[in-house]
Amino acid sequence: MQPLPLNQFPLPTRPLYLVRVPAGFPSPAEDSIERNLNLHDYVVRRPSSTFFVRVTGDSMAPGIADGDILVVDKSLTPLQHTVILAVVDGEFTVKRFTREAGRIVLQADNPRYAPIVISDPSRFLCWGVVTYVVHNPNE
Amino acid sequence: MIGIADCNNFYVSCERIFHPQLEGKPVLVVGNNDGCVIARSNEVKALNIPMGAPLHTIRHLVKQHGIQVFSANFALYGDISQRVMQELAAYAPAMQVYSIDEAFLDLAHVPHDEQERAAAHLRATVRRNTGVPISIGIAATKTLSKLANDRAKKLAGGILFLHDQDAVDDLLRRSDVEDIWGIAGRRATALRNLGIHTAYDLAQADIGIIKRKLSVVVARTALELRGVAALPLEAMREPRKEICVSRAFSHHVQEIAALREAVATYVTRAAEKLRTQHSVAGIVTVFLHTNPFAEDLPQYAAHCAVAVAPTNTTRDLIAAALRGIDACYKSGYAYHKAGVVLTNLTADHLIQATLFAPETDPRRQQLQVVIDDINTRWGRDTIRYAASGVKRPWAMKQGNRSARYTTRWDELPEAH
Repeated sequence: MQPLPLNQFPLPTRPLYLVRVPAGFPSPAEDSIERNLNLHDYVVRRPSSTFFVRVTGDSMAPGIADGDILVVDKSLTPLQHTVILAVVDGEFTVKRFTREAGRIVLQADNPRYAPIVISDPSRFLCWGVVTYVVHNPNE
Repeated sequence: MIGIADCNNFYVSCERIFHPQLEGKPVLVVGNNDGCVIARSNEVKALNIPMGAPLHTIRHLVKQHGIQVFSANFALYGDISQRVMQELAAYAPAMQVYSIDEAFLDLAHVPHDEQERAAAHLRATVRRNTGVPISIGIAATKTLSKLANDRAKKLAGGILFLHDQDAVDDLLRRSDVEDIWGIAGRRATALRNLGIHTAYDLAQADIGIIKRKLSVVVARTALELRGVAALPLEAMREPRKEICVSRAFSHHVQEIAALREAVATYVTRAAEKLRTQHSVAGIVTVFLHTNPFAEDLPQYAAHCAVAVAPTNTTRDLIAAALRGIDACYKSGYAYHKAGVVLTNLTADHLIQATLFAPETDPRRQQLQVVIDDINTRWGRDTIRYAASGVKRPWAMKQGNRSARYTTRWDELPEAH
């Protein structure tokens, strides 16, 4: 049996306290149910502009691994050193956004990868900002 | 003021979100069974390839100009549409979703001299947040905003605000009656016979004569062109009165077994739509026909309506549809298309126990809920009735469908 994917539950909430009500007596803990924790709501702040993207390769290791799922919000504007989903020459790439001396440089966290210097801004597009990474530590 | 926000070349724009390298390149989307063009990028429009053109008649142009062809990916288009509508809804206190890629917006709250700036901001926001380019027409009525939007599409800024009567008159004079929302074909001919050729002519026409010679509907349109709002925003979409699912086959189908699978598949889809709008159906109509364009083949068409105790469970509706197809099937023909129509729809909370039908087993309803749950969690058709077939050789071809990037975990876009 495979584990269920995180975000696909139609009713994805878990009550903070699950209380059985004994017949006749109301549970004293009943009033303590105050909210539900829903991980999807936590990582997806703007549903209409949030997309999921699968990572291939290790250019952002160790923070982001091959096979991880990125939560990407298109509505956000990148700040210095934020991890973004960029389009370079029509290809998707996940890198760290930096602005150095007026030009954009996309840095890989893995030192084995050279930074991508954007000399021609028409080759580059910030598709969205990576807000969370879904990673399985046992894989 | 009323605005209409309309997505530019919507299906093409959806594909470009996940294929950014196709920005500025010719792209087209073909529909049903990879047959005909249903969406074109501006680059394709410039090549004079018309909507509805059968793909096989334009193969040489596709090759010559390197046009990227996609099969329709409605899972993706539906998801992106919802996102666009959500963005628009955050902007207007009231809105009417008019189609998968258009919505009317109530803009009464925006000051007159701010309309253009606000629209530009909305347009940029939708583009940034969803990736979809839109154009916006703003005017006093829905009909005028539609006309403004058609013009806006051709403007660099993608926005046209009919801010005063001069702007309205100018646009009306430049628009033929055929350009007006809701006027086409016979209505247009009738108007032209009355000497009404432009939108301006219709706005100036005697409303009484229009009502008498044409109809109340056209009279309302004339009022709207004058700036008198005659068509209010319809906030709630009426539940549909009938649900139809039909498809052409990938190739001619002769055997009843394949037709039964196809019909069971279509009615499964129709039943899902039925439950989504919380209705039950009382009549299941099945139809099938041969290809009317294949004149050398013997022709046959039939339909059969099956009455059922009002239900929305897939199981009951498949049973009815199979009775229907068995009744209309005749052997010896090469069938081209089949379909299912659900009618006599009522709200599901109004189900009345029929006098003659045995009371339905509540476990059937529960089973349906469980099946829907599983299919929502794991993807459509994870669990399905065996009646709808396994290999489905008759199913339509979708050779170039892009991935379902936003609705399937195993089809997410990839980044290195």
